[in-house]
Amino acid sequence: MSDWRKRLSPTGNFGDAIFRLAMLGAALLVVAIVVVMIVALASHSTLSIKQFGFSFLTSREWDPVKGQFGALAFIYGTIVSSLIALLISVPLSLGIAIFLVEQAPRLIARPITFLVELLAAIPSVVYGLWGIFVLAPFLRVHVEPRLARVFGWTPLFQGPITGIGLLTGGVILAIMVTPIISAVVRDVLAAVPNTQREAALALGATKWETTLVVLVNGAPGIAGAVILGLGRAIGETMAVTMVIGNRPEISASLFQPSYTLASVIANEFTEATADIYLSSLIELGLILFAVTFVVNAIARLMVWRVTRGTAGA
Amino acid sequence: MMRLSRSDRARRSVSWVMTSLTALCTIVAVGILFVILAYIAMRGISALNFGFLVDTPRPVGEGGGIGNAIVGSGLLLLLSCVVGIPIGIACGIYLSEFGGGWFVSAVRFLIDTLTGIPSIVTGVFVYAVIVLRMKHFSAFAGGIALALIMIPIVARTTEEMIKLVPQSLREGALALGAPQWRVTLGVVLPAAASGIVTGAMLAIARVSGETAPLLFTAFGSRFYPRNLNEPIASLTVQIYNYAISPYDEWHAQAWAATLVLMALILSINLIVRFLTRQKFN
Repeated sequence: MSDWRKRLSPTGNFGDAIFRLAMLGAALLVVAIVVVMIVALASHSTLSIKQFGFSFLTSREWDPVKGQFGALAFIYGTIVSSLIALLISVPLSLGIAIFLVEQAPRLIARPITFLVELLAAIPSVVYGLWGIFVLAPFLRVHVEPRLARVFGWTPLFQGPITGIGLLTGGVILAIMVTPIISAVVRDVLAAVPNTQREAALALGATKWETTLVVLVNGAPGIAGAVILGLGRAIGETMAVTMVIGNRPEISASLFQPSYTLASVIANEFTEATADIYLSSLIELGLILFAVTFVVNAIARLMVWRVTRGTAGA
Repeated sequence: MMRLSRSDRARRSVSWVMTSLTALCTIVAVGILFVILAYIAMRGISALNFGFLVDTPRPVGEGGGIGNAIVGSGLLLLLSCVVGIPIGIACGIYLSEFGGGWFVSAVRFLIDTLTGIPSIVTGVFVYAVIVLRMKHFSAFAGGIALALIMIPIVARTTEEMIKLVPQSLREGALALGAPQWRVTLGVVLPAAASGIVTGAMLAIARVSGETAPLLFTAFGSRFYPRNLNEPIASLTVQIYNYAISPYDEWHAQAWAATLVLMALILSINLIVRFLTRQKFN
């Protein structure tokens, strides 16, 4: 029997060697996809990288007519809309996860878990449709005027109220990432050993004080869940594109239209006829890839540290 | 005594308030779900009829339908399943059955990060690698973009499900003299089949709602598809185009198309829940 066959399969069976090769091939294919993805995105954005260099990240000018491209307005829109989303969804998700793991009886917890997870099954474009015709008018009529009345003295809530803009984008993102964050927090809380709860209760802690002990125990995992939600919010495309207004402007007011990295790609890709325009859009895709790659890697590491050894990590 | 019991009471009220707040959070989330579903049902049903389901898009004022988009979405899903499911299952087998060396961990890490890559970036990638080379949009490109999203989902659920198969089953088959490939394909895989099927179904539900990766791969079309080498319509892209149009008639059609899409996605999710009901009790 030849040496390579023995190395591929310790049993020395020919079928085993082929089987092992086939499965290895599939795994290598996935590795290759990631590598080719990085190479393809980088090589197709070289034109823009060469022409604009580092100033691509710091310039706020995005003018396809003049051939001037800078990503700052999109980076700003992406960061601010994601932060609004986290500000709303983190407390909400924590509440849901605590309720489902620590309080609700099993009989109620299981169907409610299913319902919350259904929120994650609704496609982005459907959230966008609902956002345009239901959420945006609702915010315009009921929420934004009140915010302007109470907080109008801050630059955050000034200017014309249209219902289309950063705030609406952030709110729709919040709804979309809530099921993701709450699902991971649920796993994290469930992984906290019961002895912690029993110890707290035995010392006379109330239900809520016991929950705080559990939260402290799961803190790194919860942080991971939040970062995972951030990664999702940064990359979300359709819903945001449909409600954020799509204007490459940087304005302090959350009522004003904005633009995100993902939505400018979705919106302008098929219109990009000039090479430098297309190359700039692909460079935005490269930035988005790099950012979500790093954010997700950090998040997975943090969640894994807490939930390893338990199922459903 | 007095002071102690008063602080006790305060602690109890804080506990009561906070635990009620967590219940409120849950009610808010479930409430939003029902509001969204109610709007889709209400607005969708009014524009829905048989003609709408079989007709092709027409100019504003002439009605038209989403027949080509339904067929297009079906073909795109079929393409993505043909490419994505076998590769995903093979990856899952590799991750679970071939030891735990550094390479297996690295592949698992890459698959997890692949899950987190925004689908719009997948679209850009497929555009750069396939559409630019073929010089035109096509159903193939769209199907491959969707497959790239399916692979990590199928791979990870397959891995988890195969790991649940008891080791004694493998040992028994090996003791009977079966080679490893027959053990895996003939014993382990069938034992994990129902879990793998639900994983694949969830992946299908997920990609059937994808829009971003189709915008510049499958692109869209106003006609019934004739071959897979040309642009093809899909429900999601159709919903997007109608939703951002300025016409009330097209808005109504977007809601109706959404109702059709949600019916598909919700029924897959309900079937999966039914299938997994006993397993996790």
